[in-house]
Amino acid sequence: MMDWLAMGGYAAYVWPAYAVFFAVLAWDWLAPSFRKRKLMRELHGRIAREQTRNTRVPRAEASA
Amino acid sequence: MSRSYIPHWIHWLGSPPNFYRFAGAWRPWLMAAALAAGAIGLYGGLVLAPPDYQQGDAYRIIFIHVPSAWMSLAIYAGMAVAGLIALVWRVKLAEVIAMESAPIGAAFTLVTLVTGSLWGKPMWGTWWTWDARLTSELVLLFLYLGVIGLYHAFEDRRRGARAASLLALVGVVNLPIVHYSVQWWNTLHQGSTVDLFGRSSIAPSMLWPLLVMALATHLYYFASILGRARTDLLSLESGKQWVRELVEEQPAQRQGAPT
Repeated sequence: MMDWLAMGGYAAYVWPAYAVFFAVLAWDWLAPSFRKRKLMRELHGRIAREQTRNTRVPRAEASA
Repeated sequence: MSRSYIPHWIHWLGSPPNFYRFAGAWRPWLMAAALAAGAIGLYGGLVLAPPDYQQGDAYRIIFIHVPSAWMSLAIYAGMAVAGLIALVWRVKLAEVIAMESAPIGAAFTLVTLVTGSLWGKPMWGTWWTWDARLTSELVLLFLYLGVIGLYHAFEDRRRGARAASLLALVGVVNLPIVHYSVQWWNTLHQGSTVDLFGRSSIAPSMLWPLLVMALATHLYYFASILGRARTDLLSLESGKQWVRELVEEQPAQRQGAPT
């Protein structure tokens, strides 16, 4: 196991290369997920606002 | 415009709500397959394959470096094709695929450059050299960044997508330069060792993990682009009825990972 991790003396090059590969792809995978979560929150908010606006309109007319 | 020459299923898939559902159904399976192939490929490459007689264990960077380099070129070609469709037929889905391919391609290009640098230091004694292969791959990264930047420079996203698609098409000229650079010029970068249509000058025990890793990165790209395209379609079509229904179906303030 230690032999394998040592990578024949090239551990300082091989493992950082793999770390970069996984880190960059993890960013690529996660960044759009966060973007989507934010978008869904915005859309929920927008629909909720539209619904309150629609229910208020007849009341405003009644009081006028 | 007559579209009778387009197969029905492509027409069906081009509709954003249909694509949204299709992509949502396929994405988890593609990612699962990518992870499985990646696990098998890396086991083959890091454990089963013997050390190289010249490069020792340092060569094992090949199993991520070369598939990433292939992806950096393949995604660019895919982006350019989608960009062409976006420019000629103004298909919204093609714009989305082209623009969302750019960050994935840029990610693979960055991985190619960094892993290559980490491989170059022990083998060539330098992190970087301005040889034709390395320089043209760096230009590829700048092309991706240019496409991303131009896309975001426009207030109107669809107009930005078409402008950036044009830049992507112009940049296609760089693809053969990257590919043939090791033949056209005397480069420090080694020549190709894998030839899909001829004899590869690489041992089978090293070749199969490399090809499985190439499969894994392709599957990953498809999983990633489907997810990114879904988010973009939701955003572009946020005023449409199908998005409204979809948002109302889903409970607010979901804490779990979005799919």
